[in-house]
Amino acid sequence: MSKSPILAFFALSLALFAVGLSAQDAPKAFVGARIIPIQGPEIENGILLIEDGRITAVGASASMTLPADTEQIDVSGMVIMPGLVDSHSHIGQMEGGDRSAPIQPDIRVWETVNARDARIQKAQAGGITVANVMPGSGHLMSGQTVYLKLRDGRTVYDLIIPWDDGSPMGGMKMANGTNSRRSPPFPGTRAKSAALVREQFLKAQEYQSKLESAEEGQEPPRDLRMEGLVEVLEGKRIVHHHTHRHDDILTVLRLAEEFGLRVVLHHVSDAWAVAEEIAASDEVVGNSIIMIEAPGGKIEAKDVTIENGRALEEAGALVGFHTDDGITDSRLFLRSAGWAVRGGMSREKALFGLTMGNAILLDLQDRIGTLEPGKDADFIILDGDPLSVYTHVRQTWVDGEKVFDRDEPQDRLYAVGGYGASHDQALEVHQLSEEGDY
Amino acid sequence: MRYRILILLSVLGLALLPLHAQVAVKAETLHTAAGEAISDGVVVIEDGKITAVGPASQVQIPSGMQVLEAKVVTPGLVDAHSVVGLAGYLNQDHDQDQVEESSAIQPELRAMDAYNARETLVEWVRRHGVTTLHTGHGPGQLISGQTIIVKTVGETVNDAVMVPGAMLAATLGDSAKASGGRSPGTRSKMMAMLRSEFIKAQDYLDKMENAEEGKEPARDLHKEALGRVLSGEMPLLVTAHRSRDILAAIRLAEEFGFNLVLDGAAEAHLITDEIKAADVPVILHAPGMRHFGEAENATFEAGPRLKEAGIAFCYQTGFEGYVPKTRVLLFEAGWAAANGLEREDALSAVTIDAARILGIDDRVGSLEEGKDGDVVLYDGDPFEYTTHVTGVIIEGQVVSEEEN
Repeated sequence: MSKSPILAFFALSLALFAVGLSAQDAPKAFVGARIIPIQGPEIENGILLIEDGRITAVGASASMTLPADTEQIDVSGMVIMPGLVDSHSHIGQMEGGDRSAPIQPDIRVWETVNARDARIQKAQAGGITVANVMPGSGHLMSGQTVYLKLRDGRTVYDLIIPWDDGSPMGGMKMANGTNSRRSPPFPGTRAKSAALVREQFLKAQEYQSKLESAEEGQEPPRDLRMEGLVEVLEGKRIVHHHTHRHDDILTVLRLAEEFGLRVVLHHVSDAWAVAEEIAASDEVVGNSIIMIEAPGGKIEAKDVTIENGRALEEAGALVGFHTDDGITDSRLFLRSAGWAVRGGMSREKALFGLTMGNAILLDLQDRIGTLEPGKDADFIILDGDPLSVYTHVRQTWVDGEKVFDRDEPQDRLYAVGGYGASHDQALEVHQLSEEGDY
Repeated sequence: MRYRILILLSVLGLALLPLHAQVAVKAETLHTAAGEAISDGVVVIEDGKITAVGPASQVQIPSGMQVLEAKVVTPGLVDAHSVVGLAGYLNQDHDQDQVEESSAIQPELRAMDAYNARETLVEWVRRHGVTTLHTGHGPGQLISGQTIIVKTVGETVNDAVMVPGAMLAATLGDSAKASGGRSPGTRSKMMAMLRSEFIKAQDYLDKMENAEEGKEPARDLHKEALGRVLSGEMPLLVTAHRSRDILAAIRLAEEFGFNLVLDGAAEAHLITDEIKAADVPVILHAPGMRHFGEAENATFEAGPRLKEAGIAFCYQTGFEGYVPKTRVLLFEAGWAAANGLEREDALSAVTIDAARILGIDDRVGSLEEGKDGDVVLYDGDPFEYTTHVTGVIIEGQVVSEEEN
């Protein structure tokens, strides 16, 4: 397949962006905090060392030698942990498929993201450094999702995470149950929903085999919908599957097995009922669960519980969390882990879920999710334990750049709300102030 | 024979009913919402009422009482505005009775006639510490109906009701705009309609009062309900988020001389001087309410701002159209405490301050002798995410002993 000009442009603009970042960086050491690296035990009095947007060392203050030109930042009394990863969000004013068809694998939400959406700033204030931004659940397949680094960006190009070919990383959003049931051409029943999906994946398998067996120049004509589905069949795109009721969850598992899909189950309201089946599935990458304060709001979520984290953990399934922002507010994301522990999940797995667990759900475990040398310098500085309601995110760092600072008035506005807190971001507050343009 | 069965059944019934109207609660920390917290405190409840509160060293627990223990104890929480019981958790037509859309002004509707005491959400909020609930017709119509105050117990509304007609619920702003070319289509039309209705109701009240015996005008439920607001019998509860709508409500109250309670009030923090000058209490939106639409300028710190301005306020869980179908008052108070409100003030804002604004502080809102035996037990700081509610007592009945 030939690469489109836009992808070439992408690769170029990203390269420029990356150069711009790293050129100015001297090593920075954050000294004296309690560090929760997620990978390995907590460090009571630690140092996080970063350089050129990457983590270069993590360890106890007493045992570390710092490079000579290191800028030292005193963070004693604070807690440092990896940036939070939100495996299911709707920030960025994105738009997905329209009402013309129930299955729209050609839709790319990244092209609709408004990087200046105030909700991106609010997500930074909640400690989120990477979000899987998805189209909604009103379709069986509503389009390609996009994994965004929540940098202070001017455009979406500044936020995307590229694959090797330069195109933006993302998954494929699917849904079953009641949200995707509508009047024709949408399905009216669950069985029809599954049949429509099956039909499309069978077509995609045919398309895929024609592509593979075709001689040079004899490939079938390009079909954007089929190309999207082939990326799913190849396992390049993880299916992010909205599903609530226990029988709908099992339907996802069957379809995944039938077509060899890599699937993340989202919401999974009835996870407590089928945790063993979920854990036993080879196709399920993991679960992205929501912590919500009351059951219902819709029939298929009537039995949702904060005990889902515990049930999945006990069954041995991977658990991540999501905000589903605007269903819940990104600024309250740490609460998900707190409530999961309230529901019986272990502290260790709950914190893992917010960070590394979610990273795995997005195929980003080699880059983010823990504080380890070589990983992206995405981290948050907290003024207390991450599971306490009284704790606030003081700073959020992405790729070694500070993107949120609660002590700055504009950032504080995004963090707590107030007049103008929901308006589109007017200026890149950090970039401008740091460059000293005024 | 039939008689004997009835007697047998009623004896059995009695045996199953309130087993422990006599109950005492011991707490490592006892928050009474009436003064300083008490270490190693005790609350004694007899026949549904609190008969003693104080340090264990000074309060004798009568023998034979059921005794519960907890790390922390607070008064039963008072949710100052909700639609739970009219709005059900399934969110289907059959369980959504919180807004009647057939006409913009319907003060004659009574929550008393629509409250479902067996609704799952009632149990849900009770398990999370709410013992008193001000609920009823929600925002969305200019005047949507008369609210009710209930205890979160009972098989029927008759068992649950505390105040059958508490306030008359009104809404100003975008959410009260009617669709399809119907009125009100604008804010100014809303005000014109309300003024006109209150003038008519005043006229009705005057005619009633001045009529000779037997010559009174025909009863008019609509005007009677508005008349209760004009006579001071019932406050007008105005849900308004935008500052201009809040000011309009204050003007209307001053013009007609009725008692106003502001509700929601996402932009109250922008006009604290005006609210303070009008001496109007505020049933503030849940801090965690979505900061969208008319509430786009809401702040987690609204409570502390109002507190600082000397405005009487309390919290509500409000109205939710989708997921979650209700918020949980305890979590909202916790979020307020995490965002600048002193912990004791946050507790007051969901107990005694709410009871005062609802006019029921003689019965609930604090742990004091003579008040209803409504108590919540916790295994730690009530506001922490990881703490559980371990027990709920309403009028001396242990209604929940699960960990929530």
